[in-house]
Amino acid sequence: MKYALLLYSAEDVGPQGEKEMMDEMPRWFSFTEELTQAGHNLGGEALLPVAMSTTLRVRDGERITTDGPFAETKEVLGGFYIIDVENLDEAMAWAEKIPSAPYGSVEIRPVMEIPE
Amino acid sequence: MDASISFDEVFRTEWSRLVAVLVRDFGDLELAEDCAQDAFVQANRTWIGGDGVPDRPGAWLTTTARRRAIDVIRRSSRYQDKLAELDVKAKRGPERSTTGDLVDERLTLLLGCCHPALNLEAQVALTLRLVAGLTTEQIARGFLVEDNTMRKRITRAKAKIRQAGIPFYPVDANVLRVRLGAVLHVIYLIFTEGHSSHSAAQLVRGDLCDEAAWLAGLLARLVPEDSEVHGLHGLILLTDARRSTRVDADGLALMLEDQNRCEWDRAQIQHGLAALGRAIQLGPLGVFGLQALLASLHATAATFTDTDWPRIVRTYDMLLQLHSSPVIELNRAIAVSYADGPHAGLREIEPLREILNGYLYFHSATAELRRRLGDTAGAGEGYRLALGCAPSSAEERFLNSRLATLGGDGGENESA
Repeated sequence: MKYALLLYSAEDVGPQGEKEMMDEMPRWFSFTEELTQAGHNLGGEALLPVAMSTTLRVRDGERITTDGPFAETKEVLGGFYIIDVENLDEAMAWAEKIPSAPYGSVEIRPVMEIPE
Repeated sequence: MDASISFDEVFRTEWSRLVAVLVRDFGDLELAEDCAQDAFVQANRTWIGGDGVPDRPGAWLTTTARRRAIDVIRRSSRYQDKLAELDVKAKRGPERSTTGDLVDERLTLLLGCCHPALNLEAQVALTLRLVAGLTTEQIARGFLVEDNTMRKRITRAKAKIRQAGIPFYPVDANVLRVRLGAVLHVIYLIFTEGHSSHSAAQLVRGDLCDEAAWLAGLLARLVPEDSEVHGLHGLILLTDARRSTRVDADGLALMLEDQNRCEWDRAQIQHGLAALGRAIQLGPLGVFGLQALLASLHATAATFTDTDWPRIVRTYDMLLQLHSSPVIELNRAIAVSYADGPHAGLREIEPLREILNGYLYFHSATAELRRRLGDTAGAGEGYRLALGCAPSSAEERFLNSRLATLGGDGGENESA
């Protein structure tokens, strides 16, 4: 089954500043490498801070844009992985190893399968 | 055929095994449940219709349900992807687990129903439906919700299991160790809901107590080496042995000291003590084991005054070391009031006032202590505060009856 692991955390927790970010990088590399070696990694990205976000809606055919995220919440989406594993227990086991799990949260969302 | 086995007994012993085997073989909860149900309907017709219960009803049911499942799969497009898998299974013939370290299918089913990705309400409902074999309507009645609400809850849980890929695969010892606590919690919750329904007009709903006792007994057979499993089984048996005396003829709650101990179920107390004995052997006792120990001290005291209160206080101390909770501290304070007198009890209870201010039993316990000290006004105030804590109708009647007894003479005996 395919799952999206959606990585949320508050922006004021976890590594702050470039040095701390860099210090955390090896743990992300090793997690990603482990996931890839095991053949479960279908891709993923880290996202820039929500201050860089633009939200767009189309209403009555008109484009409305807002500077900022879709919803003002403390925990924001910071990145994601798409993984292919056997079941939810395996997905949970991988989610547990994500470097941001100790200070953020990982939403495990099944990917919709389009029937052929 | 064995005429002494009734259809109901067969249902009791075979339902969960049948569902579990079907889930294992076909990997689909809904299919398993439907086919198990169909097999029992057919069994009812065939057996009651004249053939009687066969020698091995379990085998009969499994064959019937399996045949039905294969039939459904062949005819339904939803299950097309299962056909290939099924051919493999068919070649292997009727399943016996091939690896030695697989645990009993029913335990797998139980652990699946209590998967941490399901919310607690869903875990409880699924356990009662799939393991205990209650109908949706029975579960709804047990939890005092509309049939439709319960049906939706179960449907959503089953949809999540399927769509989110919650596995029911054979469990190894590690999964069991991690998830056993959740199963114990679910069974305990079923029991407390039956034992002390706060929302119901009636105080005890025996059906749920029976189901909890049966589930705990099943778990004790499946996981015989775990102390807490036996502890929970003992706790349920020992507490529920007092069921018939917990309310009077009018459904009014009776306090422990007013219960007729001759009517306590002695056989069940013996079973409960045996379970507690096993828990102690496997010990050290956990949270459920210690509560069973408390229940055993009550269950074996000849009279209320014979109760070994100092030992009960010490047992509460052990319990608080494992699990600190203001409600347990409240119960400890009440025990202190019987060990060392109501003054001592009040000293222990007062510090809890702030945190338990909205808790009905805090105010009624305080009122009892004041009543025992002859403080009628203080007692009356306590009962009235308790009445302000959204009591169930049974609790309300109880509190009003206590208020009525205060009348002009609140100062009855002090040693209770």
